[in-house]
Amino acid sequence: MATKAFQKIYTQITQITKATCSLKAREVGYDELATVNGRLAQVVKIIGENITLQVFSGTEGIPTNAEVVFLGKAPTLKVGDQLAGRFFNALGKPIDGGPVPEGKEVEIGGPSVNPVRRKQPSELIATGIAGIDLNNTLVSGQKIPFFADPDQPYNVVMANVALRAKTDKIILGGMGLANDDYLYFKNVFSNAGALDRIVSFVNTAENPPVERLLIPDMALTAAEYFAVEKNEKVLVLLTDMSSYADALSIVSNRMDQIPSKDSMPGSLYSDLAKIYEKAVQFPSGGSITIIAVTTLSGGDITHAVPDNTGYITEGQLYLRRDSDVGKVIIDPFRSLSRLKQLVIGKKTREDHPQVMNAAVRLYADAANAKTKQENGFDLTHYDERALAFAKDYSRHILAIDVNIDTTEMLDKTWNLLSTHFRPEEVNIKHTLIEKYWKEDE
Amino acid sequence: MATKGTVKGIISNLVIVGVDEPISQNEICYITTNETRLMAEVIKIIGKEVYVQVFESTRGLKVGAEVEFAGHMLEVVLGPGLLSRNLDGLQNDLDKMEGVFLKRGQYTYPLDEETLWEFVPLAKEGDTVTAGDWLGQVDENFQPHKIMVPFKMTGSYTLKSIAPAGRYTVNETIAVVTDEENAELPITMVQRWPVKKSVMAYREKPRPFKLLETGVRVIDTANPIVEGGTGFIPGAFGTGKTVLQHAISKQAEADIVVMAACGERANEVVEIFTEFPHLVDPHTGRKLMERTIIIANTSNMPVAAREASVYTAMTISEYYRSMGLKVLLMADSTSRWAQALREQSNRLEELPGPDAFPMDLSAIISNFYGRAGYVILNNNQTGSITFIGTVSPAGGNLKEPVTENTKKVARCFYALEQERADKKRYPAVNPIDSYSKYLEYPEFEKYISKLISEDWIDHVNEIKTRMQRGKEISEQINILGDDGVPLDYHITFWKSELIDFVLLQQDAFDDVDSVTPIERQKNIMDNIIHLCRMEFKFANFTEVMDYFKKIINLMKQMNYAVFQSEEYHGYEKQLNMLVNERKSA
Ligand SMILES: Nc1ncnc2c1ncn2[C@@H]1O[C@H](COP(=O)(O)OP(=O)(O)OP(=O)(O)O)[C@@H](O)[C@H]1O
Ligand SMILES: [Mg+2]
Repeated sequence: MATKAFQKIYTQITQITKATCSLKAREVGYDELATVNGRLAQVVKIIGENITLQVFSGTEGIPTNAEVVFLGKAPTLKVGDQLAGRFFNALGKPIDGGPVPEGKEVEIGGPSVNPVRRKQPSELIATGIAGIDLNNTLVSGQKIPFFADPDQPYNVVMANVALRAKTDKIILGGMGLANDDYLYFKNVFSNAGALDRIVSFVNTAENPPVERLLIPDMALTAAEYFAVEKNEKVLVLLTDMSSYADALSIVSNRMDQIPSKDSMPGSLYSDLAKIYEKAVQFPSGGSITIIAVTTLSGGDITHAVPDNTGYITEGQLYLRRDSDVGKVIIDPFRSLSRLKQLVIGKKTREDHPQVMNAAVRLYADAANAKTKQENGFDLTHYDERALAFAKDYSRHILAIDVNIDTTEMLDKTWNLLSTHFRPEEVNIKHTLIEKYWKEDE
Repeated sequence: MATKGTVKGIISNLVIVGVDEPISQNEICYITTNETRLMAEVIKIIGKEVYVQVFESTRGLKVGAEVEFAGHMLEVVLGPGLLSRNLDGLQNDLDKMEGVFLKRGQYTYPLDEETLWEFVPLAKEGDTVTAGDWLGQVDENFQPHKIMVPFKMTGSYTLKSIAPAGRYTVNETIAVVTDEENAELPITMVQRWPVKKSVMAYREKPRPFKLLETGVRVIDTANPIVEGGTGFIPGAFGTGKTVLQHAISKQAEADIVVMAACGERANEVVEIFTEFPHLVDPHTGRKLMERTIIIANTSNMPVAAREASVYTAMTISEYYRSMGLKVLLMADSTSRWAQALREQSNRLEELPGPDAFPMDLSAIISNFYGRAGYVILNNNQTGSITFIGTVSPAGGNLKEPVTENTKKVARCFYALEQERADKKRYPAVNPIDSYSKYLEYPEFEKYISKLISEDWIDHVNEIKTRMQRGKEISEQINILGDDGVPLDYHITFWKSELIDFVLLQQDAFDDVDSVTPIERQKNIMDNIIHLCRMEFKFANFTEVMDYFKKIINLMKQMNYAVFQSEEYHGYEKQLNMLVNERKSA
């Protein structure tokens, strides 16, 4: 960032901590950006003439006579159609060797949508994955995370979801992304010939962690441009929000704030909500849907990050390895899409809600039978049939490698029900049984 | 001349202002930046330095910015026309705001100043009046909206003149009173009141005792709430707090419903905006939106205004209560309010209490719940505010400050249980831990015996005991296996399952099952008690299970059928046949 002629240069830093440096200056605005020996920093505290700057890449090696220049604005992004197909870092600089895109400069982390200007979400997003479309249907304008252990293939599932969903733009926000995963996304998108409808903001594991705090706002500012100005359906992928939260805790810790649960800042809920609440359906047709990843440590969902996330998002999707069939599945018990009620049986076939519930209930019967088996109690004939059903259901419906349309999912499920059960065992409305029960299979 | 100051420091939304003149704690001020005025509230004063919390983002604010003090605390505007409105936490009318995005510094008036209201006087010249006395009334969405002597007017006045019946705007003078010194004071339909202070314009606050029917069986039958009562709903995420609150707000027999969306999802507020204008109030047949006021400070709206939002909602409720109306106030979620207090207290570098919440959290919560209640007004009419808040405990663990402190003051406890929610046993209200203290009030017992039946309370207690016993047996079966316990145990267990499935569980999304009027709840209770006290004969435990599953299925079908319809009687007949089959002589 070149220094402009009229800008004042300060060279007397009075205090340096791990993340911040302080100096005396006048006429500085709160949240304003500055550079400290070329490193980007932001104003976090003003007391009279004493200004405290948070240096995004850390303060290692900053001398007390470093050159500080105030930029007179909060972090911004130039939004326009030229963003499409491009890769940027957390500061919005191209990392794909291309030119700096032209466009209208807007501050990131802008204001929120007036709730009375929102529309109730009602458009189904099909992914082909039955564990999602059948049991946890997604809707445009929804916000939903994957809760997954770090070794699970959440990035693969997310890339599949993104490419199959019929959206106009996909915005990838990568935080602490492993370099290999970054290249994976890049390859998958370009192999699918989809690069022109993708915009990426990436902070890899090698980049300074505090910089990733800018990623969600960058990605969502781009998303708002396409959704508001172009009325497009935009899907935003945020991976991994746990790395984002880690950066929050680093900053608050260095700023000596009193930590709350799991050494996260007390404002964690509001910090996360500000991001997720950018998901919206506009009356004009544009929408922002957010699919995120929250990695768990040791499957613990009571940790502050997944816990606060659960209170904010509209459901969550759990990945689990089913050792009985050797596949990763979308766990039907703990996963939930809270907006599915708005579309199932309305935008999909009438039998959807009942078939979905019946199959999950029978899957639960199988889980009970399994516990019984493990505890050494005898199994009934019904228990054995439930167990056989569970295996088929897991392999052909819940597995993440399934790719079929919703009607086919429903037909397949009816098939499984009629193979393993009698009509009176599935608790489905009589009229639907008459219409859909597969007699001879 | 308003007091002025200048900005000396900024730390996020906490701003330090230098002032030379006297300032009051909690006074409102406006900070001018880039041609917009940001509203803020004084929260600490040290010498000539005043700490204010800004209700909006302070981005771009600079030292030296001008601050103007308003001379009053945070106030709400009270007058006809508040019903059906969508307001933010500071009482701005959201529908009047321009643009898709909320603009900083945009404040809109919550009333319409042009609307003509059909005024009818209730008091007459020469009357002696005090704060809260009814001078006249206008018709607001078919409710009698009382125009009162403003709450701020302490002392006693003589009514000098009152406007004749006719159409007036809110700002026209509808009465003139004189004080003890004979000074004349004009009164309009609008008054203001500071939100943090309780409105005390009533004579007495007796113990509440009248059932507030909600149509939700696990509440009305098992853990009843009363007009002017308090309750809270703690539960981990996804256990059904919001669905339960929405169900109550749709069905409860209240005159006015105030819903404070406090730091929760915007889409949930959109659901209310979208559905309430079409849904019908089961008690009056009018549209639900006509009796509803929404206060929305969703999670992405400014955190400082979140604290204000619950007080705004409470003050508006107190205003309508003073008109002799039954007000139901809901706040989702009070934990977000407590978190806003925590952020503020941390920024002020106060000594933190448990989980970094402010030390006085307990006092703040109890003070707030204390504002609800059943009151006898000065004219002997009664009014009430029933308050139900949700609590979102971290990690779903109820041993945390907000839950514990709320439990000390709220009289009904509706504990949502993760395990029940996982099993889709909705509403996931734990049948054993939950309680209503009102069941122990002799006044309530007297009232309910007359309203429903003499043995009602005994039946309720019997149900609770049976649920407890059912749980104990299920634990034993888990350890010993189905064959490891006597057959009797299976029967007792399945009787408790019958209570659970037929009485306690209720489908919030079914047109019929979602609302059960109290006479129908009595019918269900009678059927259940009858079956539970009956002796049955079985050969083995699988027979018990199969039989009770059939009974449960039939009784659930009855719940889904329109009461006393042909369909309903059809199932009832089948049920009687099934019962007679097994009756042991
Ligand atoms: N009474 C009910 N009947 C049927 N389904 C229900 C019921 N209550 C809850 N659910 C289901 O549970 C989901 C979550 O409920 P709800 O949104 O009320 O949870 P919550 O406790 O408010 O969660 P959060 O703390 O995250 O806001 C609903 O979307 C719905 O699918
Ligand atoms: Mg909720």
